[in-house]
Amino acid sequence: MNIITFIMDNAEKCWSLTLDHISIVAFSISLAAIIGIPTGVIISHDKRLAQKIINIANIFMTIPSIALFGLMLPLLAIAGYGLGKVPAVIALVLYSQLPIIRNTYVGISNIPPELVETARGLGMGRWVRLKEIEIPLAMPVIIAGLRNAAVMNIGIAAIAAYIGAGGLGVFIQQGIARAYEDMILAGALLVAVLAIFIDCGMAYLEKILTPKGIKIAGDQRP
Amino acid sequence: MNKALKYLYRLILIILLLAGAVFIDRTGLIEYLSDANEILYTAGLVWQHIKMVMVSMALATTIGLSVGILFTRPSLKRFSGVIMYIVGLGQAVPSLAVLAIAMSFLGIGFEAAVFALFIYSILPIARNTMAGIKSVPPWVIDAAKGMGMPGLQILLYVEIPNAMKVILTGFRVALVINIGTAALAFLIGAGGLGEHIFTGIDLMRPDKLLAGAIPTALLALLADYLCELLGFIIIPRGLRLTQEV
Repeated sequence: MNIITFIMDNAEKCWSLTLDHISIVAFSISLAAIIGIPTGVIISHDKRLAQKIINIANIFMTIPSIALFGLMLPLLAIAGYGLGKVPAVIALVLYSQLPIIRNTYVGISNIPPELVETARGLGMGRWVRLKEIEIPLAMPVIIAGLRNAAVMNIGIAAIAAYIGAGGLGVFIQQGIARAYEDMILAGALLVAVLAIFIDCGMAYLEKILTPKGIKIAGDQRP
Repeated sequence: MNKALKYLYRLILIILLLAGAVFIDRTGLIEYLSDANEILYTAGLVWQHIKMVMVSMALATTIGLSVGILFTRPSLKRFSGVIMYIVGLGQAVPSLAVLAIAMSFLGIGFEAAVFALFIYSILPIARNTMAGIKSVPPWVIDAAKGMGMPGLQILLYVEIPNAMKVILTGFRVALVINIGTAALAFLIGAGGLGEHIFTGIDLMRPDKLLAGAIPTALLALLADYLCELLGFIIIPRGLRLTQEV
């Protein structure tokens, strides 16, 4: 296979682009989680507000990535960040908001109210309840949202190569420009493998971070 | 208090809109589009874009629905897990890569782009069709059987209407992704609104860039909205009522 030879010959380049790709996605996902999870928690007790916030996040999700890059470019160019990693990270953070906020909201609002009542009866305050009951119980759903967002972001980050963000999209971009099939296929293969790898990694994380009690309860369900 | 907030919210919205308008004017978009030739050219690109999306979506809907229905039939049901897994893997491949791969096999042009869009759009439709039909409660199907309906009637009158909401969501996701990916089809020589966007980026011409980006975004939002309206027509009324309650 020519792709394999291409990857072998350019191992160093492949490695550096992969690391670049991972760093963009990891940074934007962490930033998105820092913004999205608290938002999801805040809106979890206000159904109308939740509907509004989720609708806004849905609008961002609907705008195609290359159009979003295009819309942001002249705006960010004022500050001198029109091209490069900054617009890519902003776009990825915006795209991640919908899965993260929605899953946090769904996870917390689906907790049986009797559990929250019990916690209240035990004398737990708002914060303690959040920390001891709501977040741990919603954890699998929240991580699933992060997982969706991460896999999606890997694909979008590939497009961000066109605005100079680097990453594995560079292989695809340059491969198309040169009609160099091996380069395109190597880029596509590496991005797909990265996405699958991250997906499996997040699935494992989901397993670890799920509290033991829920797992047992889950197993007993038919 | 609430009323004051509402007014404040509206005021902020108006200020943002004005700022947006001033900004767009500063980039020269209005001047760019006041040239009749440019408007015609942009309209041509929009039409190219829509044509690509329509052809690929029509094909993808046909194939996606058939695959989804086929692999939920009792005789083929055992393969549905495998198919779901393959579809899940396929969705991990980024859209740009699918286009690029299609180019390396089919060359540049409209056909290659439509083929790539078609392949990429099958996945959400097939996945949601399978998920939707699987989620129809078994007792509903049992009831239909008990009434003496043959398999085809159960499919047409029971399974598909009950799964319609999920199928429509799949269609909507596929359509929105398709419109976004069609913007990348310029890279493999199929034209579309991506032409303005990528040329704008390469030349650092914000007016050209926005002339591509704004219609693309509006197209996607419009498609999303139309799908929502479509839901009011094709989702059976009884199902809508139960969801509201």
